[in-house]
Amino acid sequence: MTAPELPDGLVAFVKRDCPTCVTVGSALAHIQQVAGLTVYTQDDPSFPSGVEGVIHDGDLANSWHHDIETVPTLLKVSNGAELDRIVGWSRTQWTEFTGVDDFDPDLPEWRPGCGSLSVDPNLVDELRARFSGSSLKSRRVELAVLEDEIEAMYDRGWSDGLPLVPPTEARVLAMLEGTWRSPDEVVATVPPDLVDVTVEKVAINAVMAGCKPEYLPVVLAAIEAACTDSFNMHGLLATTMPVGPVVVVSGPIAERIGMNSGRNVMGQGNRANSTIGRALQLVVRNVGGGRPGEVDRAAHGQPGKLSFCFAEDEAGSPWEPLSTDFGHAPETSTVTLFAGEGARCIVDQLSRDPESLARSLAQALIAMHHHKLVIGFDAMIIVGPEHVRVFEQAGWTKTQTRDRIIELTKRDGAELVRGAGGIDEGLPEAFADATAIPKVGPDGLILVHAGGGAGMFSELIGGWVNGATGSAPTSRPIH
Amino acid sequence: MTTVLDPTSEKSPATWQRQPRPASLEGLTVGLLDISKPRGDVFLDRLEERITAQGATVKRYQKPTFAKPAPVDLRHEIATQCDAVIEALAD
Repeated sequence: MTAPELPDGLVAFVKRDCPTCVTVGSALAHIQQVAGLTVYTQDDPSFPSGVEGVIHDGDLANSWHHDIETVPTLLKVSNGAELDRIVGWSRTQWTEFTGVDDFDPDLPEWRPGCGSLSVDPNLVDELRARFSGSSLKSRRVELAVLEDEIEAMYDRGWSDGLPLVPPTEARVLAMLEGTWRSPDEVVATVPPDLVDVTVEKVAINAVMAGCKPEYLPVVLAAIEAACTDSFNMHGLLATTMPVGPVVVVSGPIAERIGMNSGRNVMGQGNRANSTIGRALQLVVRNVGGGRPGEVDRAAHGQPGKLSFCFAEDEAGSPWEPLSTDFGHAPETSTVTLFAGEGARCIVDQLSRDPESLARSLAQALIAMHHHKLVIGFDAMIIVGPEHVRVFEQAGWTKTQTRDRIIELTKRDGAELVRGAGGIDEGLPEAFADATAIPKVGPDGLILVHAGGGAGMFSELIGGWVNGATGSAPTSRPIH
Repeated sequence: MTTVLDPTSEKSPATWQRQPRPASLEGLTVGLLDISKPRGDVFLDRLEERITAQGATVKRYQKPTFAKPAPVDLRHEIATQCDAVIEALAD
């Protein structure tokens, strides 16, 4: 819908339900007599009295299209184009703007305006859909009145198993307010069907996931990271292992959008944590076509494949944030994706010495996937605040801690080869004479600080195949 | 009626595929859709007699006007209540 044209000359937008507009009603009538003025009124068509030919902007089309945020707003229009505008009432400003200098001396010198009805929170989503809806390109799907909306979306195969929020135009347009990016901009090519996904399609799936608009930039960055060769989302789907994208959010955006980095950090109950990862998975499902039992061949999967997203606790950490491991400047908001299985708890309530604690963490790391299989899989350890304190008090840096944990996983090949310990699984016989084989490669362990302040625990998330045939942790800045 | 935006790649049609043709009508519920053209009812009355004789249950439906597609609610009603539908394009 194109913007309705405004008449030339002075134009005012008012509503009766605004004390400032009521105060300046007589001033508007005066301007009209002296300099000419067209008044648009948003609510009461008989307001302001004394003004001739008031135009009732009942559907708020004029207010919406001309971005009226405050009433009263005075505009200067020439050849249909706006030249200038002022908002609220100020005797000096109005005199300068209109050239009228004999306003009623009883009027106050200054009054702030009120919110325009066109930006009323109760109306704005509907207005956006009415006036900007046609800008969205996605196919419209009509649901019958007798169809239950939630059931209808299940029937169409859009759900991950949980109910979805219906992606109406109003909700999708509100979601798109969360980004400066254009709805038709292509974000990434989503596997397995290799479909170009636009910002609009991401917003639709984010609505369904339950996201708020301010989460959208994080969702977009997560999709960019997931759809890279290095992260290899197609491989994550196709593998029979239970891995899915684990999304770690670093930087100031995490707190700004209310993410949880503390108690129950990987659990339920935080909307941003629960819906950002879900939106990513819904895009993979609905746009990329990655569905369980089809390209997704996981033998068991894991509950985190619904949504696995949390924030790093940077404020409480003695260590540099995860984002800096990937070359981002500190204070950059980023997402880092890791191909991970479900988290398991590492208990050590007695170690107060960093070497002792590092040994505990190393033993847990050795147990990942199979204690006799090494190097092939990466891991992430979410170090809890009460564990990090032990390293902090001893002055251990993050790199030092990580390297020491890896060092402490080293074992001789004789323990790891097939048949050793009475277990057929293991390394090929050729490794029998090798010594000091670590569980993971030098870059195969990521440390992240997060979790509640009480409890001497950390969490281990086992990874998937690393290297060129698997998945590498992948980080992207959030715009 | 709620209108939502398609979250998919839009590679498959938004509406359902047609069901395979049943081998027999016996025991099935058959919808007869009158599109509101003149004498469509006469044709459908005769069809109802014959189909009922074959052991099917008949349900009758009518479009508000032949000039427009059937409303989505009517389509949903037929789809959920019937195994097959016959539309009378009469005049």
